[in-house]
Amino acid sequence: MTIAVPASDRKDLARHLLRSDSIVAQLLVVIALTIGLALIWDGAGQWPEAWTIPVKQWLSDLFRWLDKEATLGLFTVKELTRTIAWVLKQPLIWSEFLLWKSARVYKYLPIFWIFFACAVGFVVARRRDMKTAILSSLAILAVVTIDGFPFILESLAKALKTEPWVEPAALVGISQVPGYLLADVLGFREVKYVPWIAVVLGFGIFAHWVGGWRLATVVVLCMGYLAVTGLWRESMKTFSLVVVAVPFSAALGLWLGIWVTRSERAAAIITPMFDLMQATPHLAYLVPVVVMFGAGQVPALIATMIFAMPPMARCTILGIQTVPSDVVESGRMSGCTPRQLLWKVQLPASEKTLLLGLNQVIMQTLAMVVICSLVGAQGLGHKLLFSLQQLKLGFATMQGIAIVLMAVVLDRLTQAYANKASTHVHADEQSYLERHGHLIAFFAVLIISTIAVFYLRDVSILSRKYLWVTSKDALELDKVIKAITFEMIDYIKPVRDFITVYMLIPMRNMYQALPWSLVLAVLAIVSHRMGGCKLTAITVSLLFFVIVTIGNWEFATTTFYFVSTAAVICVLIGVPLGLWSARSERVAKVVMLVCDTLQTFPSFIYLLPAIMLFRVGELAIIFAIIPYATVPAIRFTYLGIKRIPPVTIEAARMNGATAWQRLWKVELPVAIPEIMLGVNQTIMMALAMTAITALIGGQDLGQEIYRALPTSDAGRGVMAGLGIASLGIIADRLINSWAVKRKRELGVG
Amino acid sequence: MPGDVKISCRNIWKVFGDDPKGFMTAHNGSPSSEALAAEGYIGAVRDVSFDVHAGEILIIMGLSGSGKSTVIRCITRLNDPTTGEIIFDGRDILAANDQEMIELRRHKMGMVFQNFGLLPHRNVLSNVAFPLEVQGIERGQREARAREMIELVGLGGREEYFPRELSGGQQQRVGIARSLAVEPDVWFLDEPFSALDPLIRAEMQDEFIRLQKLLKKTIVFITHDFEEAIKLADRIGIMKDGRLVQLSTPEEMVLNPADEYVTRFTENAPRGRIVSARAIMERAKGKPKKANGAGVPADAKIGEIAEQVLNSSKPVTVVDENGFALGAISRERMASALFARDGL
Ligand SMILES: Nc1ncnc2c1ncn2[C@@H]1O[C@H](COP(=O)(O)OP(=O)(O)O)[C@@H](O)[C@H]1O
Ligand SMILES: [Mg+2]
Repeated sequence: MTIAVPASDRKDLARHLLRSDSIVAQLLVVIALTIGLALIWDGAGQWPEAWTIPVKQWLSDLFRWLDKEATLGLFTVKELTRTIAWVLKQPLIWSEFLLWKSARVYKYLPIFWIFFACAVGFVVARRRDMKTAILSSLAILAVVTIDGFPFILESLAKALKTEPWVEPAALVGISQVPGYLLADVLGFREVKYVPWIAVVLGFGIFAHWVGGWRLATVVVLCMGYLAVTGLWRESMKTFSLVVVAVPFSAALGLWLGIWVTRSERAAAIITPMFDLMQATPHLAYLVPVVVMFGAGQVPALIATMIFAMPPMARCTILGIQTVPSDVVESGRMSGCTPRQLLWKVQLPASEKTLLLGLNQVIMQTLAMVVICSLVGAQGLGHKLLFSLQQLKLGFATMQGIAIVLMAVVLDRLTQAYANKASTHVHADEQSYLERHGHLIAFFAVLIISTIAVFYLRDVSILSRKYLWVTSKDALELDKVIKAITFEMIDYIKPVRDFITVYMLIPMRNMYQALPWSLVLAVLAIVSHRMGGCKLTAITVSLLFFVIVTIGNWEFATTTFYFVSTAAVICVLIGVPLGLWSARSERVAKVVMLVCDTLQTFPSFIYLLPAIMLFRVGELAIIFAIIPYATVPAIRFTYLGIKRIPPVTIEAARMNGATAWQRLWKVELPVAIPEIMLGVNQTIMMALAMTAITALIGGQDLGQEIYRALPTSDAGRGVMAGLGIASLGIIADRLINSWAVKRKRELGVG
Repeated sequence: MPGDVKISCRNIWKVFGDDPKGFMTAHNGSPSSEALAAEGYIGAVRDVSFDVHAGEILIIMGLSGSGKSTVIRCITRLNDPTTGEIIFDGRDILAANDQEMIELRRHKMGMVFQNFGLLPHRNVLSNVAFPLEVQGIERGQREARAREMIELVGLGGREEYFPRELSGGQQQRVGIARSLAVEPDVWFLDEPFSALDPLIRAEMQDEFIRLQKLLKKTIVFITHDFEEAIKLADRIGIMKDGRLVQLSTPEEMVLNPADEYVTRFTENAPRGRIVSARAIMERAKGKPKKANGAGVPADAKIGEIAEQVLNSSKPVTVVDENGFALGAISRERMASALFARDGL
């Protein structure tokens, strides 16, 4: 408010400002008061350590107690977590066998029989009905189980001592026949994982089925990259986690979603929990999981499942609620029981939404599996993390590209599948081959390549001499990239240092000097203005919670600093890009394609260019946030402008507005609520990213989580995560209530 | 009147709002429009009573939002009425529990929806077989029955098509076939043809008449189109703001509209196709005598006999089925019946 005011107007202005309902006056008064207070008493600036509620400590103690002592009557919590881990480990073992580990034939028998039972069930379901199908599958499994009983008992016994499978020594019975035939008659003692050729072509065949030749080509090329760069095994390690996590997350999300639509009480509890979960950064999930389950693949699986579940639940809720009422009622009038209504009407009718939910689950799963490398999960993420830590930028680039390609493949495939599956078109007289060609082709590839493995090892996994990028070349590449970046850093460094020293650090210092009392008071006034008492109560209590539990107010202000700086830059880039796209279809096509692609990347990947350009430090952090968090700003701006009714714009034209006037006076004011929703998303994504950028420095909440990881200090990590989530929810509530109010005033939306 | 009473509705109220039951008790079971508006409740159906007779087509008419759908949704218990009594086949349907209601819907009720309500993920065959499937009828049997129904509505050869591949009229044929697959006693149709283009609508109405000749169901049919109503109805009930204002034969409604509102509906009705000779004739005095020579039948619609009457210089005799003269229609009388209206 530094305006030159003519003397005569000064009194008016003063009177205006002093009016008690003027927000400026309120803010000025409050800021003056709190700064004054902070000057007199340090405690108003930094929350006094002594007053900090030691929730962190309590949580850590709680987790320790759960881990060490807690019992649930019959068994201890520790035993429970062990059991859960064991259960989850079983499918993981199989997916690992299939994708990258070899195993003796007998180990495959369970999975063979399960497949067999499923296949029989499938055929019966086609010919007769579901009930008979399930019964016959179960019957087969039962026979095999009982037949192989000693085997199962033995394996259970071993498993409790964490060695899950044993080779059944001399067992007879039909369940062993396939193994006997293969191993003892034909001499195939060991079964190799599925050959890379079969996986790549399998993906390609699936892609052709759902999306035609173009998609198939893209998919085969992407997957081929994984093989020829020698990253195949790592990719399959990652993929084997995804394969197991996705069904669990999807089933869990589906179940929770159904529950929410069924029971209002469940909705009241679960919906806010999802809000919290989605605002909590990935990393925060890892800490308690590590404490309870240790490090490795299984904890990664658990963290991933929990993290990736909410989108499925949301889509389930959305899908069920948006089935046309006519359809539901026709189901009820057809005499459906509630269960039949759900499974035969509501869920199938919301197929498309459910499949999009599945797509999101898969993408989130991949992102989380990569991040789980921090808790020792093997795979591409692990390699990438290692390369980054060693500043092996060439390797890091190759591995980063591999992760990106995998994400692109999974995304495009599931989207194409969602489209195909939910567009029901009857098949005109098709020949047997036309209908089942893809399946036949896949099995042919599988069988041929499996046999070929015995004659040519490279079918199974490419040996070094065939790799286009052998490790040696990768070393070269590494050198080249290093050289380039070292070359560049000579130029970049001064710029980086200049920006950091003269712009970022002063700004950070300013943020860090903010007294908590000032922030709290300003938040209260702003929330009251935007959404009344209820909103104020929510935001103020959330921030207060952060202040009194975090113990170090500076973590919060530093997080503010990163997020607000990055968000401002994102908006400065994103809004103009959105406006430009809204003006030109051609630009829009390109920009939206870039947005789509950026959105499929696992968040971890964004560290790579930041490190390449700026190494570590604050500029690198902000730089890593920007591409990730700009997307919603672009997208919502574009949509906001596009959704303005054409008449409004025509009218402005008729009134003789120039293009600029039209933009400033008509389009922006009408679209601003929508744009603000984009900004909201940008802030949420920036917050999520700050946790990941902890890897390259910063003294913020994200760093707190990261530091908590190796020490297994659950309370510290969880509270820092919740702190970030709280900040996110505050921003979300504020902006949303403003946007809704504004939209109502404008009469749009 | 044909047949016995199939459905009997007594004083049904359906009020939407926070606490409809409490609200109803607070107002002694019959709140006024003002009370409803003041407390923010919606009186979708207000004190409606009527009977549906076996084998008749009862049409419920009214503007959009007048509560027509809610009435049949109460009878089918898709919505539970707030107060009132509904007797279906001699039993109190509001006392039926969920399981009994499911049984009733499976065997006694069929319903056709305005927007078809087809299951988008199932083809025609499996849509039509759906009500049988949920009953647990074995696949071969239910598909055979479904094929029969598909043939009946003239969609033979389209069994494998999915709803989105069909036109509106075809989709509604599927809806009709599905609702008939269980051989329901009572057939509810909620604006079945309103979403269709006029030409298709006329075609579907004829189709409906053809089906009803074959099947002779008890039908409750909703429409907001008076033309459609008189084409199909045995009796018409007109609803306004949740109340049933008049329930009578089309002829009675045209001749004696209960109020302004009904008059406005009937104003443009094709009277020639609705009003019968009996209604406009000058009644013969004394005992009916055997008519000599030709006369027009008393039940003939005046549109059919107009030419004959208008071309005759003398009043034309009206005779009953046994040939007794009941009265006569003069040229002037006919003209005013057809055009002037106030002459009656
Ligand atoms: N589930 C509901 N909740 C609240 N109001 C409803 C509900 N269903 C119908 N109504 C209201 O009841 C009135 C009658 O609706 P309806 O029976 O659908 O009318 P019609 O079928 O004659 O067009 C309308 O005012 C409608 O807004
Ligand atoms: Mg209706």
